Amino acid sequence: MNGVHDMGGMHGLGSVAPEAGEPVFHAPWESRVLALTLAAGAWGRWNIDASRHQRELILGPDYLRMSYYEKWLEGLIELMARTGLVTRAEIASGRPDAGAPRATPPLTADRVPGVLARGGPVTRDVDAPRRFVIGDAVRARNINPVGHTRLPRYARGRLGVVERDHGVHVFPDANAHGLGEKPARLYGVRFSAQELWGEAAGGPGGVHLDLWDAYLEPA
Amino acid sequence: MEDHDHPHHDHAQEPPSDLALRVKALETLLVDKGLVDPAALDAIVETYEHQVGPRNGAKVVARAWADGAYKARLLGDATAAIAELGFGGRQGEHMIAVENTPAVHNLVVCTLCSCYPWPVLGLPPVWYKSSPYRSRAVIDPRGVLAEFGLALGEDVEIQVWDSTAEVRYLVLPERPSGTEGLSEDALAALVTRDSMIGVAKVAA
Repeated sequence: MNGVHDMGGMHGLGSVAPEAGEPVFHAPWESRVLALTLAAGAWGRWNIDASRHQRELILGPDYLRMSYYEKWLEGLIELMARTGLVTRAEIASGRPDAGAPRATPPLTADRVPGVLARGGPVTRDVDAPRRFVIGDAVRARNINPVGHTRLPRYARGRLGVVERDHGVHVFPDANAHGLGEKPARLYGVRFSAQELWGEAAGGPGGVHLDLWDAYLEPA
Repeated sequence: MEDHDHPHHDHAQEPPSDLALRVKALETLLVDKGLVDPAALDAIVETYEHQVGPRNGAKVVARAWADGAYKARLLGDATAAIAELGFGGRQGEHMIAVENTPAVHNLVVCTLCSCYPWPVLGLPPVWYKSSPYRSRAVIDPRGVLAEFGLALGEDVEIQVWDSTAEVRYLVLPERPSGTEGLSEDALAALVTRDSMIGVAKVAA
């Protein structure tokens, strides 16, 4: 979707403000939101692509105003309500609905180190067409899906060169919407600064994006 | 009460006080429903507050500086090379290391959200997740680097890595001169988080 989250290349969003000696969390509630998101995710009701998309669905003005973990909190609540882990009445009241069964958490403290150490690899050992090889000229397609995509607007329609073949990865555009993993080949593609931003782009260099097969066409 | 005499860089980082209450209420609800284990929440916070952070990445960089064979493995298969030092897992499942040289400077961003190599750098700082960095790193990397106090020569090529998939990038900064005699531990102590994102150089 062409949301404000897809902000690469925008002007007017301010200057970067690094904070010296920044703590990992600025308040305890931030750390709890991170932990709740990971622990609730262990139910397997949604995947990482769906959770990213949920945060993209926050209305643009709110998205720009909210702090990072505030967006995570809103995303988590929506994911849990949509998938039936909690009801909206429970969120409103803060108490389990009358008669709601008590569950057993899938992620216990003893399992946390193993779960974090394993992570969630997204490579899949399946055949997927290799339409491009390293060195091929490609053009990022001009697509404007209303759902989740990882092809930023600034690269659409632009010419690049394939520089890596990452193998076969879960395809977020499908996976985010419960349409299955649809694993597809993922390529590292380099775009020159001039191709992306015009002849006035300052200095030599480029931008590298990791793009799935469906995002690309031969050039 | 807000102190208006001191400008805030980003009001979004000053949440309304009811956020803490909302999160507490949500945690209580989820624990009451048996959906999450409070001890697991504590373990997750402990992991990212105290165990997983940029010191991990600094060890990787120092090893690469000290050991040419390791550096070759890191640049060839970063996931495996980083695992040799015991680091890996969530948000670092598919790693690539990119090497800075006098001619080429690498910079990592996630324009679409906040993708970041957790096992080697920990959780990302606020500026990395902020709109200014995400919007400008790809179109004006020189301007962004200048805001970090890093001025690169006009002939230096800047390569920006936008983390659009589950591949995560670690910058291997240039080893500063004058560090020839240093031990690996002493080298690691020089390596900053920012140098491994690409917004700083390592100083001796």
